[in-house]
Formats: sequence, structure tokens, C-alpha cells
Amino acid sequence: MARWLWFNTLSIPRQSGRNPARRRAESAWILHDNTDMQPIHLAWVDYTILLSYTVFVIGIGFALRRYMKTSADFFLSGRSIPAWVTGLAFMAANLGALELVGMSASGAKYGIATAHFYWVGAIPAMIFLAVFMMPFYYGSKARSVPEYLKLRFDERVRCLNSLTFAVMTVFASGISMNALAKLLHLLLGWDYDASLWICSAVVLVYVLKGGLTSAIYTEVLQFFMIVLGFAPVVYLGLKDMHGWETIKSKLIDVAQNPAALSLNDKHFQPDAWTSAWKPILGGAGANPMGVNVFAIVFGLGFVLSFGYWCTNFLVVQRAMAAKDMTAARRTPLIAAIPKMIFPVLVILPGIIAIALASTPDKGYRLPPRPISSGGAAALADLRAAKPGQEDAAFAAVSKDVDLKLDKAKVLALMHANAVSALPEEKLKEGLQNAVTENDYDSIILSLVKRYCPPGMLGLALTALLASFMSGMAGNVTAFNTVWTYDLYQAYLAPNRSDQHYFRMGQGITVVGILLSILCAYFASHYSNAMDVVQLVFGFVNAPLFATFLLGMFWARTTGTGAFLGLLGGTFTSAIFHALTITVGNAPGIKGGYLSVLYTFPSEMAQNFYLATFAFAACFVLTLVISLATERTKTDEELKGLVYSLTPKLVDHDQAFLTRPAVLGTILLLGCVILNIIFF
Amino acid sequence: MGLDIRWPIGIMFSLIGALLLAYGFGTAGDVEMYSHSLGININIIWGVVLLLFGGGMLLGAILGRKTPPKP
Repeated sequence: MARWLWFNTLSIPRQSGRNPARRRAESAWILHDNTDMQPIHLAWVDYTILLSYTVFVIGIGFALRRYMKTSADFFLSGRSIPAWVTGLAFMAANLGALELVGMSASGAKYGIATAHFYWVGAIPAMIFLAVFMMPFYYGSKARSVPEYLKLRFDERVRCLNSLTFAVMTVFASGISMNALAKLLHLLLGWDYDASLWICSAVVLVYVLKGGLTSAIYTEVLQFFMIVLGFAPVVYLGLKDMHGWETIKSKLIDVAQNPAALSLNDKHFQPDAWTSAWKPILGGAGANPMGVNVFAIVFGLGFVLSFGYWCTNFLVVQRAMAAKDMTAARRTPLIAAIPKMIFPVLVILPGIIAIALASTPDKGYRLPPRPISSGGAAALADLRAAKPGQEDAAFAAVSKDVDLKLDKAKVLALMHANAVSALPEEKLKEGLQNAVTENDYDSIILSLVKRYCPPGMLGLALTALLASFMSGMAGNVTAFNTVWTYDLYQAYLAPNRSDQHYFRMGQGITVVGILLSILCAYFASHYSNAMDVVQLVFGFVNAPLFATFLLGMFWARTTGTGAFLGLLGGTFTSAIFHALTITVGNAPGIKGGYLSVLYTFPSEMAQNFYLATFAFAACFVLTLVISLATERTKTDEELKGLVYSLTPKLVDHDQAFLTRPAVLGTILLLGCVILNIIFF
Repeated sequence: MGLDIRWPIGIMFSLIGALLLAYGFGTAGDVEMYSHSLGININIIWGVVLLLFGGGMLLGAILGRKTPPKP
């Protein structure tokens, strides 16, 4: 869920134009005039690093091929993997997609408060999963989260969850691959289609050969690649800015006048970018996220975070592959350790970028949004500008490019061109330079370009590639398991041989990758439709944790209560969205299309409250309907599925410090200390 | 699963580390190239780091091989 939330709040780089030829022409326009987006020239050493990474991930798939004999080997890794491996994979599967790009973007936009997505929005839920929920997932011998729902409730709940989850994973991996292919296209000048198909083919080969084990193993490799590839960029950025203290002093200036960097129109207290809690405690108006403390603690920290980390099969599947119950429970705890310090690697680059941008002698500016569609029309309008009619010409140019422009710069360009006609390249460069909207998603790349000489460049780019691939592989392995066990075996072809399902799993992996590619094209052509798709998934996911919470901890919860509660929660999200809006947005896809009952200061606040309302509605409905309906499962049937009916796990045979509850408490303390340090 | 993941991780990072180190030495005099990384020859430094990391992983894999798997 959290990932979907991030998808909703982050601007995914867009490629406009429905016609592929036009799309390429527009991209070419970008490539040739935006100096900042000039394709990077890779040296042989960079290609060698990229290639050796590719060879190794494919090699892992082939090395594991001989262990893939049954469907359990393919989908569940034969439940044989040690905890440190599943733990790092747990972390990397979530890390994929747009986290590296998105978190540095948020770091620039919101400062240190972005770390709440980790310290509030992840660690507590991961610990809860390990200590309280993992015993039911692993102990019930369910092979997937939807299957747990079937054992606990009934087929209806499983069907609803598995269908939405399967579609969601395909879209998530499609979105991730579209972003990757576009990045490679803009950054390296590689062909969009070739990048998309080749990267997908690499993922296909290793997942097809080695199943979930292959995905988990490569995720561990990718995890180290990401850490080791980006750490030098962060180190050089810190060194360039003469350490954290200098950065902090720059952030104080930024907070008081964020408009200077086109970050925000408001003015904030000096600590708005450097404190995690003080600006939040000051209320929604006092921080650039536009959220208050309730939205952070309850909306993000409880509803969204627990809803994602404790119920999303994509991450839970990693823990379910562990070799025994102890390893399964340690998986989220081991993942929590790197997760806690990851803000240094993913959020700090964004913060360094704004500190650099506010230091004039560093010669750095936040990357401007590239001019895509309308570039040619804008140039024509620029050339046609007549003296005395500059205002009208400026309005026309702004309308063409559909981005905010610096009027002084555009007028200067018009004057210069009127005096003596400038070459097209100069005009394009000048126009791009006049764009004042920031392209936050390009920040991490702008730093890689700034600091990495050949060699390091190859490593950093490979890390980026790795993060996208792990996202795709994670989604595809979750998709093929849910399809085969929860849809195909459950409804379409029950009682077939194990080999039949094994072959179906391999076949559906190919289909899953092809569907992802299709979704990537869909995302690249119809980005608005994709926003709607994500919005709908947000509605479905928001109430989910209420169902699990009641199901796992209250034996009286009935299947009918859970099913109708989930539907009611989803319906509540949709209605909530239709009746609220955020400042500066017109009614439509951003909400308020039925009526506007409330206006939120930011989309993030709207998201957090939407989730809270959906959770509350699902919780109350499930509770009331359960009380009004007959129980269909006996206490005996619910043994191992519900907390009060399951014998408590005894951890006394484990060393004190390695018991999940003790480890969890230590981690929670560490998290509290981090929050205090950056309070 | 029969494959110890520390092998591929160890081998890959050792190879990339060695490559970066060699490339770093080969380009050591290139002032303009290393102006990117603030005048630091980051390829040599990071090559060593990757070699150490890869070596550590391989060591773990070798030591892990000697202990019989727990029943």
C-alpha cells in the first residue's frame, strides 16, 4: 500500500503523445536541446560493469535451475532459505520500483520529514509482522496471503484479494519498467523499446529458471549493488558541501524562502527541512508536506504502513520462503536494520541537491522539467514575437510548453532573437533553461552525473538498473504464485498433478512479463489513465489491514463480515476521494468530482486521511456484520489462524538477544533514538 | 537451496572491484576526469572497498562450506 501511495504522490516521469513516432520525435527534441539531459557517454569500463551484473543475475537463474523440481520449489523456494537472505530480499523487493528516484525527490521537496516513511511508516509495522503476524502466515502452511484469507474466512475474501493483487502486481511492474526504459532512453540515448524488452527478458530468464529462489537471491545481490553503487555518490555530495553542518545551515535558508528554488510558494520556520517532527507538530501549514501529526502517526504510521508491510504478499512472500519459523520471524527484523539507516542513501541525496542548488558557486541547479510536447510550437511562437507584443507571445509560449516559465528569461531570449536570429539549438537551450518547474525525479541522476567519473558511473547506473529489476522480479514472482495457487488451482483447474501447476507457474511467468510490458506501454502512452488505475488500487488497499487485524485477533470475525467490510471500506475510499480535494487542484482525477466537502492542504494529507477513513469504515462494518452473522468456522478450524486459539510460540530455547520480541524491542528503541536525534 | 548466494555475490563484487582498481590506476593522471569526483580517484578507493566486500563474502562462503549443514 505504501508503495501505491508513493506512486500516487510522486510525479512519474511522463512521455506524452500517443503515436510512437511522435513520442520519439518529442524525446529527440528533449535530447538535443536540454543540456542537462544530454545522454551520458559511457566508457567501456561502464559497459563491462553493466554486462557483468547482467551475466551474474542470469547465471544465478541457471545455477538454480536444477533445484526446481516441484511447484513448491518454484513458488516457495522449498521453504529452505536462511533468514539473512530472506531478510535482505524482503527489503530489496520493496526497494525496487521508484524508491531510489522517488525518495530523493521527496527528500528535496520535504526534507528530513521524508524519513517518516521509514521510521514511522515501516519499522513498527515490520516488527509487528515479525512478532505477531508471521506465526500465523508461516504456521498456517498457507502458500500465499490470499490463501491465508481463504483458511481464515472463505473463498469470497480470497477471490477478492487475489484478483486485485494479481492485477496490481502486473501494473506495478509495468510502471516500474516504463520508468526504467524511459530513464535509459533519456540518460543513455538507448531505444525505449529495446531497453524495455531487453531488461524484461533478463528478469524473465532468471525468474523462469530459478523461480522465487532466483528472485530472492538476485534481490540480495541487487541490495548490495544499490548500497555499494550509491554510497560513493552520497559521500562525494557530503564532501562537496563540507559536511552535514554546512548542509543544515543551507537548509535553514531554503526553508525561509523555498520559492527561490521553486520548491514551495510558502515560507516556513527555519527548521522545516532539518527537523523530522517539529514542523509536523506545528500543524499542516508549518511543513512542506502539508500534513499534521495525526495524519503521520495514524494515517501513515498505522493504517498505510501496517496495511502494506503486514498484508502485501510481495514482501510477506519473502518471509514465507524462510527455512523455518524462527527464520521467517527474523526476516522482517533483519530487513528492519538496513531499512532504518536507508534514508542516508535515498533521502540524503535529495537534501544534498537542494543545499547544492542554494550555493551559487557550486554551479548546480535542480533539474528543470524537460519540455516535451509543444516544443516546436513554442519555438515558432518565440520567433514570431513582435516588439511591443511580448506579453502575448510569452503567454503563447507558456501555453505551448505547458510548464511554468521564467518570464524575464523568455523575454530576454525574445529580445536577443529579435536583434539577430539565434540558431535553433540556442533557442531550445534558452527555453529549457527558462523552465522553473523542478523535475524532482531526475535529482538522483543529476548527482550521479555530477560526481561519477567513468567506472563509478557504470557502478551507479548498474545500481539503478538493479533497483528497477528487483522491483519487477518481486512483482512477477508474487503474481505467478497468486495466479497459480489462488486463481488457477482454486477456480479453474483443481486437483491436477504438482507438475501441472509447476508448468503453469513457468508459463504464467512468461505471461506476467508480457502483461507487464503491455502495461509499460500503456503507462507511457496513457499516463492519465494510469493515474486512475493507481487511484483505484489505493481505494482497494486502504481498508485491507482492518480485515487482517480483526481476522487474526478476534475469533468472532466472520467471512461475510470480512467480505462486506472490505467492499464497504473500498467504497468509503472512493466516496471520500469524490468529496474532498487538495488546494490548487481542480475537481477531477485529484478528487472532488461529486462535491467538495473538504479541502486538504496537500495530496499527501488527502491520502493519509482517505486511508484512515477507509480503515475505520472497514473495521466498524466488519465488526458489526460479524456480530450479526453466524460463525462458519469452529474454534478447531481456526487453530493456527487466530491469536487467541493458537498455542503461543515459546522462544525460551533461543538466546535472549535473538528472540523476535527482544530483537523487535531493540529495533524499536533504535528507531525512537533516530527520531529524537532528528526531532 | 544448494547454492550459497555468497559465492556469486563475492565473485561478482571482487571482479568489479578489481576492474575499478585497475581502471583507477590506468586513469590516475587524468585530472579532468577526476574533477568530477572532487579530485579524488574514487575508482581506486571504491575498487578496494568492493574487493574487500567481495573477499569477505567469499571468505564467508568458504567457511560456511566447512561446517556441515544443521539437520
